[in-house]
Amino acid sequence: MSLDTLPRASRNTHRRDRPPGRRWRSRLDVKAMPYFLVSPYFILFAAFGLFPLAFTLYYSLYDYDLTGTTEWAGLGNYTALLGDDDFWRATVNTVAMFVIATVPQMLLALFLANALNKHMRFRLPIRMSVLLPLVTSVVAVAVVFTQLFARDWGLVNYLLGLVGVENTNWRAERIPSWIAIATMVDWRWTGYNAIIFLAGMQTIPKDLYEAASIDGASRRRQFWQITLPMLRPTMIFVVLNSTIGGLTLFSEPMTFYNGNPDGGSQGQFQTVAMFVYKEAFREFDYGYASAAAWLLFLLILIGAAINFLFVRRIGGTR
Amino acid sequence: MALTVTSCGSGGTPESSAPASSAAAQPVTIRVQTFGGGENFGYKNAIAKWNAEHKDIQIKHENLTDQFEQQYWPQMIQWLTSGSGAGDVVGIDEGGMGLAKARTEWWADLKEYGLESRKADFPAWKWENGVAADGKIFALGTDIGGMSLCYRKDLFEKAGLPSNRDEVSALWPSWDEFMNVGKKFQAKVKDTKWADGTNTLYQVVLYQEAAKNGNVSYFDTSNNLIVDKNPAVKTAFDFAMKMSQQGMTAKLRNFTDEWATGTQKGSFATVGCPSWMLGVVSGNAGDDGKGKWDVAAVPGGGGNWGGSWLAVPKQSKHPKEAAMVADYLTQAQTEASIFTDFGNMPSNTKAQQDPAVQGAKNEFFNDAPIGEIFAKSAASLQPVFLGVKHAQVKNAVESVIQGMDDGSVPYDKAWQQLVDDAVKAAG
Repeated sequence: MSLDTLPRASRNTHRRDRPPGRRWRSRLDVKAMPYFLVSPYFILFAAFGLFPLAFTLYYSLYDYDLTGTTEWAGLGNYTALLGDDDFWRATVNTVAMFVIATVPQMLLALFLANALNKHMRFRLPIRMSVLLPLVTSVVAVAVVFTQLFARDWGLVNYLLGLVGVENTNWRAERIPSWIAIATMVDWRWTGYNAIIFLAGMQTIPKDLYEAASIDGASRRRQFWQITLPMLRPTMIFVVLNSTIGGLTLFSEPMTFYNGNPDGGSQGQFQTVAMFVYKEAFREFDYGYASAAAWLLFLLILIGAAINFLFVRRIGGTR
Repeated sequence: MALTVTSCGSGGTPESSAPASSAAAQPVTIRVQTFGGGENFGYKNAIAKWNAEHKDIQIKHENLTDQFEQQYWPQMIQWLTSGSGAGDVVGIDEGGMGLAKARTEWWADLKEYGLESRKADFPAWKWENGVAADGKIFALGTDIGGMSLCYRKDLFEKAGLPSNRDEVSALWPSWDEFMNVGKKFQAKVKDTKWADGTNTLYQVVLYQEAAKNGNVSYFDTSNNLIVDKNPAVKTAFDFAMKMSQQGMTAKLRNFTDEWATGTQKGSFATVGCPSWMLGVVSGNAGDDGKGKWDVAAVPGGGGNWGGSWLAVPKQSKHPKEAAMVADYLTQAQTEASIFTDFGNMPSNTKAQQDPAVQGAKNEFFNDAPIGEIFAKSAASLQPVFLGVKHAQVKNAVESVIQGMDDGSVPYDKAWQQLVDDAVKAAG
């Protein structure tokens, strides 16, 4: 173990002047303590991360009916999933909603952060208020948005009606439903990302901007040439975080259809996470759901990799 | 422990029959979990009465959600399989009974608490559905279907149609005539549709037709899927399609928030009403709807949609007290008062014969003589067999029928998709 190198110094100094029992104990102290101190995370991770992961992997190989039988299925669940139109539709929905939600969200958060990064009065309360949407319960958000986007009595349709647009059935049409849900997601998470961006911006040395000003670079130029490139590590974090959040999207579309995991009468806005839930807990097809969960995991890995490669190039001249 | 919880099989006094386990130390709390919109099981008054009389056993009523197939039942299954979380008494919709009956290990045996004495209180089919193959009595019947049509009296007047319930009933001996009246209605009242959506009336017709086709719907009695073979399904589907094609629905899916809002705001003029739906409609419409709604006969004769059971999960820590509560909630007296208060038709035959039930009127629905409408036909109601996977298939079918109405499934492809999706859901 690499930890061996760490306590060596202390071991030498203590060896001679201690009785054997205490020596043993102090050795235990030195050796075990670090493990003990870091253990909470690993215990939690094992219980809530590793175990479910292994559990789902195990059951994804079985035909496991939640209410009864368990039979070996091998890779049967996976091959069935790859041929399941519903699964692919859910995948398309998830990716599409992710793109629709995330792109404007990133831009908005970035500009919001930039605006908050200036000197102004009441800076703290204003910065705090950006976080407010995040602390509201997701169910409350969904209830409000569900009503805003109601077909018959919703505010959005009413406003669109003022400019002559006919009532949109936000739950029945695919792209409108994606937009409605993306709005919900953005409302909740833009402020959160903005605060992280802001934190990143504050680590950028002020003299860079001063030097740029002296060189005659405009504010806008400074943003593109200094802020963005220097922000890249933060951006990688935010984008990866949003990728995971976006691809596991569940609560908003779920509440948008009255807690029905179908996500619209024909799965118009069913996400993969909802698909997993539906298969496991409504159809009781736990094995199938486990396999889908693993494919979702794969999808997230791919999504994260693509975004990582993409973000690495942002604002760069390399 | 063979405690004589009830002695009321032969007309004893129901609630007080239990020897109120004299050691009144800590009151035992019995959680009763139900589902459904509006006033759902109608337990509000019955439970208040029990709680006032039983200091040692307090009932806590949790109506979890208005969605049975989507939320309540999946959640319940998780609780039942994992061994904790379920209430002491839980409601089960007819659609879940196939599965409940197949998993007797989930339930306490009510025989142990003397409840086999209740057999005589129920029609044979209602009782037998609560008895598993191994003889375990696991559930007692609450309400039954019965059919009517709820309509908006005030809107009928606005459309120049007769609004008196007998005249209204006479308007639609058949579903075709029902649609003809609807056309006249929609021509007069522009911003209101004739029916709530496709699904509610689809279910009404399905149960009517099932009674004519061997009392089966999606599964035959050996649990084989017969969606594509049972003419009842096709007839009901065709009717729903016709309604939708002629633009006579408000395109609302039943038991959603938008549907509830639509009830309140008058988006539709009629809704298919099994007896328990009266409580849902009045609950959704709120006090403002009082007197605006009324109840008429359903086109095409009777049928038996819905109805529930109460079971005691094995995981309950107080199965004895839970059995007492289940017993109380299904007593003739209780079921009769639920009917007069909220409209859920009793399955208890003694309650059905109760003069108070036979003569009951419902205040919300313009003092409609619901006793006459429902109770008279109760004895003749036929059960419809529902398979183990009924809840899943029902959901798949409803989604297609709703999709047809909201435009996401083309009419000419709808039937094929209905069959395909049903096969998938049953698989």
